[in-house]
Parts: sequence; structure tokens; C-alpha cells
Amino acid sequence: MTTTLKQIGAFSSPPRVGLFVTCLVDAMRPSVGFATLKLLRDAGCRVEVPDAQTCCGQPAFNSGDTADAAVLARHFIETFEGYDYVVAPSGSCVGMTRAHYAEALADDPAWAERARRLGERTYELMSFLVDVMHFAPADVKLDTSFTYHDSCSGLRELGVHDQPRALLDKVSGLTLKPLEGNDVCCGFGGTFCVKYPAISNAVVGEKADAIERSGASLLLGGDLGCLMNMAGKLKRKGSNVRSFHAAEVLAGMAGGPAIGEER
Amino acid sequence: MQEATLSFKARAKEALADPTLKIAIDRTTGTAERKRAVAMTQFPQFEAARERGKRIKDHVIANLDHYLLEFERNAIASGAKVHWARTAEEASQIVVRLCKEAGAKRVTRVKSMLGEEIGLPHALDEAGIERVETDLAEHIVQLGGDRPSHIVWPSMHRTREQVSEMFKRLHRAPHQEETIEAMVDSARRELRDKFLSADVAISGANFLLADTGATCTVTNEGNAELTTTPPRVHIVTAGIEKLVPSMGHAIAMLRLLVRSATGADVTQYTTFHCGPKQTGDRDGPEEFHIVLVDNGRTRMLREGMKDMLRCIRCGACMNHCVVFRQLGGHVYGGTYPGPMGAVLTPVFDGLESSRDLPHACTMNGKCQEVCPVAIPLPTLLRGWRDRSWREGLEPATVRFGLGIHTFVASRPRLYRLGTAIAIRVMRLFSRGGLVKGMPGLGAWTAYREFPAPAKRTFMEMYKDQEKGQ
Repeated sequence: MTTTLKQIGAFSSPPRVGLFVTCLVDAMRPSVGFATLKLLRDAGCRVEVPDAQTCCGQPAFNSGDTADAAVLARHFIETFEGYDYVVAPSGSCVGMTRAHYAEALADDPAWAERARRLGERTYELMSFLVDVMHFAPADVKLDTSFTYHDSCSGLRELGVHDQPRALLDKVSGLTLKPLEGNDVCCGFGGTFCVKYPAISNAVVGEKADAIERSGASLLLGGDLGCLMNMAGKLKRKGSNVRSFHAAEVLAGMAGGPAIGEER
Repeated sequence: MQEATLSFKARAKEALADPTLKIAIDRTTGTAERKRAVAMTQFPQFEAARERGKRIKDHVIANLDHYLLEFERNAIASGAKVHWARTAEEASQIVVRLCKEAGAKRVTRVKSMLGEEIGLPHALDEAGIERVETDLAEHIVQLGGDRPSHIVWPSMHRTREQVSEMFKRLHRAPHQEETIEAMVDSARRELRDKFLSADVAISGANFLLADTGATCTVTNEGNAELTTTPPRVHIVTAGIEKLVPSMGHAIAMLRLLVRSATGADVTQYTTFHCGPKQTGDRDGPEEFHIVLVDNGRTRMLREGMKDMLRCIRCGACMNHCVVFRQLGGHVYGGTYPGPMGAVLTPVFDGLESSRDLPHACTMNGKCQEVCPVAIPLPTLLRGWRDRSWREGLEPATVRFGLGIHTFVASRPRLYRLGTAIAIRVMRLFSRGGLVKGMPGLGAWTAYREFPAPAKRTFMEMYKDQEKGQ
């Protein structure tokens, strides 16, 4: 239902969007957060960054610690349920809120219902820009080639696939070089990569090889966790491929250091 | 067996260090993945077929008591003898007893994962009954003295070059030419007279048809037919979840099974067995036994794992699993490997000894996407993690760490402070944009670089911007 609100003129005023920066972007790469802020504002949203936001609870949930995940789910819901929409530059965190909060809160029907209602208004950035705001970036130039990795949660839990490509297609000078196995997991898997580092390494090693074979200069994606894993492996291999979050490119903010470069 | 003594991580380390194993895995799973993808392009109604398959299995599982009794009634009417086994041990002992009663010295076996699950190869060997595996891949497994590493391609872990060497060493009249055909001929020479001289044939079943009491088996080599026809006694072992109401339902499931497993439209052979040899029949067994095995299945039904009982053992989940494709099947340590094995092994072997299996998964969801009966494998694996947490099997360090994390993350000001301190500590270890040699990051940095954090957090910078405006 939400995808047509703008088309039917339901936005008498700009939608009020709560930006969930995500813990990784907050700590590791704030530029992704500022790029997201700019894109949402360019798309006509009134964006607020609620100060009470912390972590979506996915690490606890995927570790089997459902009780702690429920604590953080309630915190997230309380923080964000006053907004028209919640947007995050991550398919993984949004997948947690949309697909799994109701599971984490299953013992408490009232909270599970609040989770479902908020989930319907919570979007991964690329899909929000395209599906809800019908936004396309204007006057962004970047003369280079890129390849795109589809992170698993965004792809399979949220159906994010065409949206980032449609947006990146509007960046003049930027050409896509297809990635063999673009929908194959990079081996990050949240805590998986440190619980089973040797297996994770074997998986990301194959991913890094495929990225290099694509011949692209840039690796882009929509999830910082996966990008740090792939960029970290590319760096260790001595590859020249540079890695950015797609939001940074779309906001015209990819002029600075890439992930893992000196700043 | 080696698998039992080494930890999952130690087994994984060995597998990761074996480049020949990786070649073998890539050949089999890569081919399976490509062929399935082609089959899917020619099967546009896959989604509808999958939904129907899911509904058929769900219906049967919801009415298992009804269909089991209907099957038993019709099987007995066809002349079969039906046996019920609660556990793996009961099941294998029933089969061994039937073999002994038949005075069997030599039995031929058709590949059956249920047979592996109930420990039948071992039980027959223990009983001193000569066991001949007639599936080519199972023959390779038997020659090698190891276990199946894949539920569809049991000898996936061996390259054809390794198999060639093994045949030359162990076959009576091995192949001269290095071709697949010559190797198959060598196996045929080795096995043919054993097919004909066996006293008992043992097979599994892909489906049990409730309305006729028939069993259905699919193969590509024709060994099931040759195995089950000459001996005087035929024993079928099958899990109780293999039931379908009728032939039409079996055909609907076969469309899903074969395309998902091998990418073919149909298997070379699809055989239905219904009772022993009847008057006027030219061949067939004089005795036909069906052993119906529970072994944890009714417990799965009770304990929230009924979705897993839909599984039709196609192997698509493992062929598309990034972890399986690095490790192969033996590392999983149980009868069934890959995602479906990681769900099932804790049922059979207990969670304590198989705790790693549900954790060694990136939760990427590809297995669920390709599953022909839409089993939510990641959700089931997470269910095991949840149970492991509740039963106190998770390491104290993880419990402590997540406890602290939740305490901090539910207090925003403390969380802001914690994050701000954490990145500053990380920056003390940062050189050239990368974090180097920081305690606690070793699991990451042993294999890849860890990008250095920014000088200040997003929230710090954002607040400054807001103040400035």
C-alpha cells in the first residue's frame, strides 16, 4: 500500500522519515550515513535521526539469544514508531526489523503486532528511494566502472535487486560490469565470520576472485558488513578494486577514501 | 571413525586444506547448480508446482496417522509384510533379523539415505552378512571404506582420477582406458554376478503410496531394478514422512524432486513395487517387507519442526550452500550434510554433539530459495540456535558478550559513549586505513584486513552539524 502513497498525492507534506544509521555505519563509516541523509532529503523527505537509536538486535537474534533480541526490538520500535517511514542503508538490519521482529516478540502478541505495523513502514534505502519516493539522482557524475554484490538479506528477505541498479544507472559515466555469482553470499554472515573465520575466509576468497574477474574498478553494495568483509579480503590480496557503499556513489560522495583506505 | 573424534572446526580445517576435495566438490555441485538452473528456465510453473508439493506434504504430515494406517492396510492386502520401527537401532535390527531368517549370506543394497541413517551398512557388516552396494557411487564409497558425502552423489568427495586409481587397485579386472565408460564397465564386471547371486535385496523408497501400498524408487543406473528382482526376499526401509496419498501425488512430487536434484525432467528409472511376486508373475521376490521408520520424526512433529518433514532429499540446498561447497559432506559428521543435514543431525545425534552445525551458516537464505518444498531452513537452523541458548550450550564468553551488548544498547547515552570510545581504541591500532594487530580482532584479521573506523562516529558529527545550523 505504501508504494502508491506519493503517486496518489497522499503526501500533503513531505514524509517524515526516521533514519536508522545502523551500528556499523555509525562507528565505522559515517560517510554512508551522511550520503543516506542527503539522498533522502534530495528525494523530498523530512529526515530526522532519533538520538535514542542503537542496534537492531540482529547479533543477539542470530546467536539464539531471543530474549536479548526482544529487548532491543522493543527499544527500536519505541524509538521509531512515531515516523511515517524508517529507512536504513542496510538490507540486513531492515530484514531483521521487517522479517524477524515479530518472531523475536512472538511471546508478546501486542508487541508483535506493533513490530508488524512498524515493519511495513521500514525500508532499505535503495528500495525506499525507488519504490516509495520514485527518486532518481540528478547531476551525479563518476567516470568509472563498477560491479555490484547483492547482499543476501536485502535480496531474499526484501527483494532488493533492481532498485540499486536503476539508481546507479542514472550516474553519468558509470558503467556496470556484471559480477559472476552476484547473488552468492560473501561469507560475512554477521558473527559467522568470526565464529568460523576459516570457512568465511574460503567463501570471501572466491568472492574476491570473482570481483577481480569482473574487471570493474569499484565494488558497490548496499550493506556495510558485507562490504567490509569483501573490501578486507580484496585489500589483503593486494587488489586495486576500491569498495564503496552505493549510497556514497549516488550522493556524489565517493570522492574520498574507499573502505579500508587511509583518511 | 575419524569424524567422531575430531571437532567440527578441526574437520573443517582439514577439508579446507584439501585442494583435491575442493575440485571434487566444485565439479559435482557446480554441475548440479548449472543443470538445475537450465531445468528451471524450462519449468516456468515451478512456483506453482512447489506450492502444490508443499501442500501435499503438509497435508500428509498433518494426517500422518490416517495415511500410515491406509498404507499399511493396502500394503498388507498386496501381500507385503509391514514392520514398524521406533528407532534407528530397532529398524536396522529388524532388517538384520529378516536377513537371518532368510538365511542370507549375501545381500545387495540400493542406495538409500534412510539405510545410512539407521546404520544399516554397519549392522549388516556386524552380523557377518556380505553387503554389496550396487549404486555406482555407493560401490565407490564401499571400496573406499568411507561414508557418503552427499545425499544424491555419495562419492562426491572423490575425483574421477582418484576413483580410477581405486578401481585399478581393487577390481578383479580393472579398466585399461581412462574413460568414464571403461570405468563403469569395470564396476559392472565387478558387480554383475553379485546382483544375480544375492539372497536378499534391500532398498529405500522415495515415496510410499497410501492408496495402493506401493513404494516408489528413482535411480539413474537401473541398479534398483536389477537388485530387487532376482533375490527371493526384498526389504524396503522408509521414513514415515515418505507417504503421499496416491500415484498422482507421487508424480507431482517427482517433477520437483528430479529437476531439483539433477536438472533432468525424469530419472532414467522410476520403479514402483507393490507386494511380492503374484501367481503368473515371471519374476519378483517371494517375500516383500516394508520397514516403516520413525527415528525422531514424530518428535520433530511435536517439537515445531514439521516443516522439515516435507524434505524430499533432493540435495539442492547443499548444492547451493556456500559452506557445503567449501567443506563437502563429511565435515558435517552426520548422515545428512549441508543445510538439511544441519537441521536433521541434531534430531538424530543430539544438539550437544552437533551444536556447531546450526551455527556454521551465514543465514543467506539461498537454500530456502531453491528448496522444492519451500522449507524455511534458516528459520529452522535459528530455532536450534535458540534452543542451544536456552539449554545453556552456548559458550560463556558469547553469553557474557551479548549480555553486555544488550545492557549497553538499551541505554542510548551509554551506547553513544561506548561506541565513541571503541572507535578511538581501534584507531590506536590503525595504520594506513587498516586496523592492525588489535587484540580481539584476530579471527577477522588472520584472513582479511579490517578497515579502520572514522575519527568520530556519525552521531557525534551529526550532532555538531545540527548545533551549527
